[in-house]
Amino acid sequence: MKINVIYFAALREQAKKSQEFVETTSTNASELMLELYEKYHFTLDQTMLKVAINDEYSSPSTLLKENDTIAFIPPVAGG
Amino acid sequence: MFQIQSTNINDLPIKDSSHPPQAGAAVTFEGRVRNHNEGHNVTSLEYQCYESMAIKEGNKILKETFEKFNIINAICVHREGHLQISDIAVWIKVYSKHRKEAFEACQYIIDKVKLRVPIWKKEHYIDKDPEWVACHRCMEHSHG
Repeated sequence: MKINVIYFAALREQAKKSQEFVETTSTNASELMLELYEKYHFTLDQTMLKVAINDEYSSPSTLLKENDTIAFIPPVAGG
Repeated sequence: MFQIQSTNINDLPIKDSSHPPQAGAAVTFEGRVRNHNEGHNVTSLEYQCYESMAIKEGNKILKETFEKFNIINAICVHREGHLQISDIAVWIKVYSKHRKEAFEACQYIIDKVKLRVPIWKKEHYIDKDPEWVACHRCMEHSHG
């Protein structure tokens, strides 16, 4: 299925892009994260990432749907 | 109301908005860029945000603030972009009848914004390469 992936901070720098449509057989966010780690060799510890699907924090086990927008959220540092 | 702004908050027109007549207290917080962090001299900060989600999460925080504290109004504006030393990164204003609620609500808002809103900052230093700041406290708390 086609998923819109958005990258931020260190992930954006290492993927060298801010966003992409990914065609994937991954069924949930956690599987997609592994797939993208293999593709881009992100150096950030995966356990430090939160998942956001369609602008809402979500569990990594959340099942993905066609055209979902997913972001893997590095530790935030606003304020 | 929570908003993201890419221009200087120092010029924020909302700062001149009229004070509600029933409010006996107005508390303002300014989070500014400081020139040091963890022993290093900082020269500037870049803020990057996931804007649609930041606005959603920021407004959730404000809604919670209204539910938890007896306040009249609360506004929070966060910058994105490249900021210089002493620039305002985040601006919060809370109005209430009495000061206790305004102080407490303001503290709640900044604490939750720092914990939950998808905004990241990259520090630029005199003595080392720029790096993304990790919110270490986020490891101890859950989001959402």
